[in-house]
Amino acid sequence: MNYLIDIMLIAVSAALINNFVLYYFVGICPFIGVSRQIDMAVGMGLAVTFVISIAAFLSWTMTTMVLIPAAPLTAWIGGFFMSPEAAAKIDLTILSYIVYIFAISASVQFVEMYVRRFFPALYKSFGVFLPLITTNCAILFACLTIMSNVSGVDNPADAWDLGRSLTLAFFGGIGFTIAIVIMAGIREELDFCDIPPALRGAAITLIVAGILSMAFMGFTGVDTGLKNALKSDSAAQIDPKPIPKDESPLTSVIIGETDKKEWS
Amino acid sequence: MADQPTAFERFTQGILPENPVYRQLLGLCPVLAVTNSVQGAMTMAGAVLFVLLCANVIISLIRDLLKPHLRIVIFTLTIATFVTIVDRFLAAYMYQMSKNLGPYIPLIIVNCIIICRCEVCASKQSVFTAASDAVGQSLGFALALASIASVREILGTGMFFGFRVLPEMWPDWVIMVLPPGAFLTFGLLLGAVNWVAARKKG
Repeated sequence: MNYLIDIMLIAVSAALINNFVLYYFVGICPFIGVSRQIDMAVGMGLAVTFVISIAAFLSWTMTTMVLIPAAPLTAWIGGFFMSPEAAAKIDLTILSYIVYIFAISASVQFVEMYVRRFFPALYKSFGVFLPLITTNCAILFACLTIMSNVSGVDNPADAWDLGRSLTLAFFGGIGFTIAIVIMAGIREELDFCDIPPALRGAAITLIVAGILSMAFMGFTGVDTGLKNALKSDSAAQIDPKPIPKDESPLTSVIIGETDKKEWS
Repeated sequence: MADQPTAFERFTQGILPENPVYRQLLGLCPVLAVTNSVQGAMTMAGAVLFVLLCANVIISLIRDLLKPHLRIVIFTLTIATFVTIVDRFLAAYMYQMSKNLGPYIPLIIVNCIIICRCEVCASKQSVFTAASDAVGQSLGFALALASIASVREILGTGMFFGFRVLPEMWPDWVIMVLPPGAFLTFGLLLGAVNWVAARKKG
């Protein structure tokens, strides 16, 4: 039950609250470049969701099997050259960026080849976007988030498993799709507006994105509320403790972690 | 190679006429993400300067060995190596800053500015030209980051570089240091730059 709640919270938070584009600013380049028409935006969004899930699977596997200290594969190979204790201490996390970028490029390349060979219709609809995706920050960002939740945690029991990682990546991709499709819808309407010449193109897109981002801030606190609701629902019989009032999810998220010190 | 710009042209073009952020709209991810304080923005600019300089020099040195279909992979792997160096350096000497910048330092790997400069300049021209191009582009990037970060930090907190510049009674515009403020500030500044450029031309 707890696991399901966790998955749900990660999904809602990745897709809506901490939207990849509107909160973390990753994937801005396609967000501005490919958001002129709705069908192209849908194609780009689906392509990103597809690749991000594959890349997340690869990076989670690489991180747990090869990169982190005491990873099974590294320890096994290292066991041939040194004592098992020494092999268990090998820490390859310094190579993580190179490994991830390689995994992303490789997966994009393979996805492109596979889709072109077996799904020609699909290739026509989003194949052209695939090479662009290699340099899409959203993919690498998902890999890095997964890595920090696998190797950066103090308690090994808190480390994310494959299910959580894939949820984050998939719903992050869905969030990207939502944002880019909304943006494309607005931009199709913007074509009929009389915009000052200096603001035409990217500038007005950014301002609209700012307003969208403000609208998405309305989701702030949904995860805390959802968590409390779900937790109190499942634990109601045992522990009918009311939701603590002082948590005040709104202020705690609005004042992001990085700015806390300046605001308190 | 007569039609290629010289080293000095490359250097000056990067700062204003071909500013990577305002004129080419490249590398927008850090531009929006780390500009809620000037200090963070300048650290990011320094990191980009180091990575761009090293990557441009290395790519320029091996430009005759590059195979066309493999060059993007070579670019990204070179960049990833230097980004790892910067990331470890920041974690060792500026721990708090590296925590604040979080994933945006590793995201320099996929920053379009660097790949674009490797492709346009370093893979075609000599080491010296590539190096001056890297410095020029990084200065332009730093200038853009500084302009956005100054607006956001002054309006958002009343401080500049950690010092108070606006009176205590200034009501902090919290929205400026939040994600929407980044989009709005950059959009309006971009509009202003376009306006000035259009007036100069006409």
